Amino acid sequence: MRRKKIIARLFGTILAAVFALVFLYPTIVTFANSFMSSTEIMAHYGMVFKDQEETNEWWSYDQQKDTTYKNDKVKIKIRPSRVTLSQYASVLFKSPEYLFKFWNSVNLVIPILIFQILVALGASYSFARFKGRLKELMFFVYIILMLMPYQVTLVPNFMVANWMGTLNTYWSIILPGIFSPFSVFILTKYMRRIPSSYVEAAKMDGANEWNIFTKIYIPLCKGVIVSVAILVFIDYWNMVEQPLIMLSDADKHPLSVFLAQINQGEVGLAFAVASIYMIPCILLFLYSEEYLIDGITYAGGLKG
Amino acid sequence: MNTRQKKKIIEKIKSVSFLAPSGLGVLIFFVLPFFVIVYYSLLDNPVKKNFVGIDNFVNVMQNSAFQSAITNTFVFSLISVPLAVILSLLLAMLLDCKIPFKSQFRTIFLSPLVVPVASIVLVWQVIFHTHGALNSIVAEMGGNPIDWLDSKYNQLIVLSLFLWKNLGYNMILFMAGLGNIPKDLIEVARLENANRFQIFCKIKLRYLSPTIFFVTIISLINSFKIFREVYLLTGGYPYGNIYYLQHFMNNQFEKLDYPKISTAAIIMCVFMIIIIGILFIVENRFGKEVEE
Repeated sequence: MRRKKIIARLFGTILAAVFALVFLYPTIVTFANSFMSSTEIMAHYGMVFKDQEETNEWWSYDQQKDTTYKNDKVKIKIRPSRVTLSQYASVLFKSPEYLFKFWNSVNLVIPILIFQILVALGASYSFARFKGRLKELMFFVYIILMLMPYQVTLVPNFMVANWMGTLNTYWSIILPGIFSPFSVFILTKYMRRIPSSYVEAAKMDGANEWNIFTKIYIPLCKGVIVSVAILVFIDYWNMVEQPLIMLSDADKHPLSVFLAQINQGEVGLAFAVASIYMIPCILLFLYSEEYLIDGITYAGGLKG
Repeated sequence: MNTRQKKKIIEKIKSVSFLAPSGLGVLIFFVLPFFVIVYYSLLDNPVKKNFVGIDNFVNVMQNSAFQSAITNTFVFSLISVPLAVILSLLLAMLLDCKIPFKSQFRTIFLSPLVVPVASIVLVWQVIFHTHGALNSIVAEMGGNPIDWLDSKYNQLIVLSLFLWKNLGYNMILFMAGLGNIPKDLIEVARLENANRFQIFCKIKLRYLSPTIFFVTIISLINSFKIFREVYLLTGGYPYGNIYYLQHFMNNQFEKLDYPKISTAAIIMCVFMIIIIGILFIVENRFGKEVEE
C-alpha cells in the first residue's frame, strides 16, 4: 500500500516536471539565445530567415548582405558558446527604433492602466453600494461587453475613432481601453462582499459618501486593485489587434506588433528585443504571483 | 415631498455620479456605436444610404472568405476547447496531489500567461520553418522537409501556442474549484472505502461541474480570439486553414467596407450572446444544485 503511494507520487512528480519543461522551454530558449552574438545566431538560425531576407529586402534597414556562414542543419541551441551582451548593446546603442517601439508600448499601456482603474473604482462602487433595476441591466451589459471578442468590439471603437478623428493616434486605443469593463467586473464582485455594517458604522460617525468611498472601500480593495492592475497590464502589453486596426502608421506600433516583423530584418537582435519586452512582465509576475492568482480567481464565476 | 422620497433621490444622484464616468464612456465607445452598426448593416453603403434589409447578411454568409473563416474558427474551437479543459484539470489535479515543489510548479505552469506571445513566437518559427529545427530532425530520419506552417498540421501549431498560453489560467480556476470541495466529505468517502476513482467521479467532478462549465465557456471565448498568435506567426495573410474570423475582419477594415464589417460583427455578436446566455442559465442552475 505504502509502496503504491510512493510510486504514484513519483509518477506525479515526473509528469509535472515534464509539463514544467515544456512550459518553460520557449521562454528559456529566448532568454538564452539573447546572450549569443549576432554571428552565432545567424550561423544557427540563418537558414530559417534566409529566404525571407531575399523576398523582403525592402524591410532591412541597411543594405549590407549578411555573408556569414550559415549552418544548414538548424537546431535549437540553448547554451551560447560564449555569453555576450552584444545583442543588448546593439539594441541599446545602435538600433534605437526598438527602444522607440518599447516606449510606444509604455505610452499606450500606462495611461490605460491608470485611468481604467480610476474609472472602474467609481463604477464598481456604484454597482456594489446602490441597487436598482437599471443598475442590474447595466452590469449585465458590462459582462457581455467583457466577454465579447475583438471582432465585435473593435468595430464600434473604430467607428467612434473615425468620427472623432483620432484614427492613427494613441487616443483611438487609449480611450476605449480606459472604459473597458474588465476591471469594473472584478472590482464590483469584490466590493459586493464588503459588509454593509462597515458603511453603517461610518455613517454613524458622520462620514459622507466620498469618505466612505475613499476611506473604507478603496483601502479594503488595495489587494484586488493590484490584482486587476497586473491583469490589465499583461493584457495590454500583449496587444496586437487594436494597433493593427487603429494605427496605420507602423512607426506608432507598440513592440508587441513590431516584434512579429523583426525576424524579417535583424534576426541577430530579435532574441534580445524579445527578452527586453518580456522582462517587465516576468519581474511583475515573480514579484506578485499571489495577486495574479487572486485576480484570476475573482474573475472565475460570473455571479457576484 | 417627504423626507423618504428626498433621501431616495439623493441616493440616486450619488449612485449615478459615481457610475457616470464609466457609464458614459461605455455608452459612447461601445453601446451607442453598436446601434449605428446595426443601422449600417441594413444599408447598401454609408454614403448612398439605401435600405437593403437583410441583403448584407445574405452576402456575408455567402462570402467564401467568411465561410472559411467561420469553419476554421469552429474547427479550431472544437479541438482546442476540450484539450484546454482536460489538460488544465489534469495540471490542477497534479498540483492537488502530494508532490514536492508544488508552488514552483504552479509558478512555472502560470508563467506563459504573463510572457508576451510576441516574445516567444520566434522559437515557434525556428522550430516549424521549412528550414527549421523540426525539419532537420525529419530529414535525419529520412523524411521530406515541408513548410509546417503551410501544411495540414498548421492548426496543431497554432493549437500548441494556444494551449501553452491558456492552460495556466484555467488551471488556477480549477485549483480554486478543488479548494472549495469540503475536505470532510472526502474523508468520509475514504472511511467508507471508496477508491480514488470513485472519489474523483462522485465527489470531485460533481463539485467541480460549475468550474468545468465556466472554464469551457471561457476557453471557447478565448479560442475565438485566436488571431494574435497566428498573426505573430505568419503575418496578416496566413495560409488557408488558419485564416480565422479576425483575419476576415482585418481585411474588411482595410477595404473600409462598413456594411460588411458591421454585418459580420453583428453575426458574431448574436452568436456570442447565445453562448453567454447558456453560460448564465447553466451557472444559475448549477449554483443552486451545489448549494443545496
